[in-house]
Amino acid sequence: MEMRNVDLSVNFAGVTLKNPVVTVSGTCGFGEEYSPYYEAKQLGAIAVKGMTLAPRLGNPPPRIAETPSGILNSIGLQNPGVDVFIDEDLPRLKKEGATVIANISGSTISDYCKVAEKLSETDVDFIEMNISCPNVKEGGVAFGTNKDTVFEITSEVKKYSKKPIIVKLSPNVTDITEMARAAEAGGANALALINTLLGMRIDIKTKRPILHNNVGGLSGPAVFPVAVRMIWQVRNAVSLPILGMGGVASANDAIEMLIAGADAIGVGTAMFPNPYLPLEIIDGIAEYMEKNGIKNVADISATVEPW
Amino acid sequence: MINELKDNGTILTNDRICEGAELYDMLIEAPGIAKWTMPGQIVHVLCGEGTTLRRPISVCETVGDCIRLCYEVRGKGTEWMKNRKPGEKISVLGALGHGFSHNKGERALLVGGGIGIYPLLSIGKKVKADGDSALAAFGFRNASLINYTEEFKMNGIDVSVITDDGSNGRQGFVTELVKEALATGEIDVVYVCGPRGMMAAVAGLCEAANVRCEVSMEERMGCGVGACLACVCKTMFKDNAGVIGEKYKRVCMDGPVFDSKEIIWK
Repeated sequence: MEMRNVDLSVNFAGVTLKNPVVTVSGTCGFGEEYSPYYEAKQLGAIAVKGMTLAPRLGNPPPRIAETPSGILNSIGLQNPGVDVFIDEDLPRLKKEGATVIANISGSTISDYCKVAEKLSETDVDFIEMNISCPNVKEGGVAFGTNKDTVFEITSEVKKYSKKPIIVKLSPNVTDITEMARAAEAGGANALALINTLLGMRIDIKTKRPILHNNVGGLSGPAVFPVAVRMIWQVRNAVSLPILGMGGVASANDAIEMLIAGADAIGVGTAMFPNPYLPLEIIDGIAEYMEKNGIKNVADISATVEPW
Repeated sequence: MINELKDNGTILTNDRICEGAELYDMLIEAPGIAKWTMPGQIVHVLCGEGTTLRRPISVCETVGDCIRLCYEVRGKGTEWMKNRKPGEKISVLGALGHGFSHNKGERALLVGGGIGIYPLLSIGKKVKADGDSALAAFGFRNASLINYTEEFKMNGIDVSVITDDGSNGRQGFVTELVKEALATGEIDVVYVCGPRGMMAAVAGLCEAANVRCEVSMEERMGCGVGACLACVCKTMFKDNAGVIGEKYKRVCMDGPVFDSKEIIWK
């Protein structure tokens, strides 16, 4: 990568990210699988696979289906449990110099609190509350689609967490700004949006849904405009920092999302065809800043000029 | 190492190899990948406009700086591959996962169903290079789908073919050939690739005969590097206390080849 005379660092909820590019939860495992392609420390942060109190088997396959400009997934939170993450993955990530976002899920509010409490005694940099997973029977998105529940779970988890809390919001709601305000009122330090949109594909020969779970979460370039719109709406509703995500597939997409109101951006699905994409986006943002005489990433954020 | 995991290969040939089905044989010059590819591994191919995911294709064999991919046209991705011309570039990620293993001295049986025969070529060659005997038992639906068997014969592998409808050679299923081969007591390892039901049946025969068996699994795949946990198959494992549990393993990273005793077929 070329050395450019710009400052890519971002202050995100009190933590300095070396650049605004984050790999999003569920697309980069616990950071090990992409290590042959780039070092986790080259990223702004890595949001690891969603973890729960006890290990989870996950859903039966098929777990993925291709859609026009996107994919549907239904992994079902397969993970080895928070203790294994703390003992095995986190030390490796910290040794590599990574900034780590620990993504957490649970079936009950008490589950979330226990996981957050354990992570608070570690070196993770953020705790990201996944209250928007569409692929599990209990919890997940159930917590993220009612503003009173969003407030309750956020304020409860805050009591047990010494780390900055990012609340990851679901797009499967009538008004995402209500959820954003509820998270802010509950004490969230930042927001992440959007998680996947609930979708479905059916094989017309067998009449069976392609996903064994019947339905799953849509991601990829297809959801990008929805993400941009929701980030813009939420930016105008709350003052919390926003980690924008949803269909980012190029540096231009990332810049557009920053302009809409994000403070940092996430890359996920688009890494599957191109593992080097996060690095290309970091460089593309730097190039854009250099060309336009922008010194700080924060000077791009929320600069949209609506009609 | 880093740049060699993703290679812009050059297509040298891309020819149809079967009258009865849209089966193609693509030879790609990709030195960085060819160098590291082991028998039974897969590569992840970027298939142009209109696809969000790469397509996992097993490597049939490596020839010098080249990898050979044999594939069936099934959808958008392979349709795009079919239309590529020699000289064009193609982005290939790999080689991925764990392939077949052979210990010197093991007499091998290769069991393939339909397009499942392709990944068996390189392990067959490896067995011969190790100085051991290699037999092949291949099943096809009918005579018009029989292809590629010459490639195995050229490498000194003794091939038996059976068809579902008897339109070529014997009528029946490949499991009958496997039973007969195992009954001779002269098989030490069986390598299988084909439809799930066929692999499960062959795995059962091998277990009954106490013969080591490796199967190449297939599943809808996402990242191809083990990160997204999409392409899983159910396996059993023993923990430190000897308790047997179930676990989903990744076809792209932990597989595609597994010891058949690990797989939970139901």
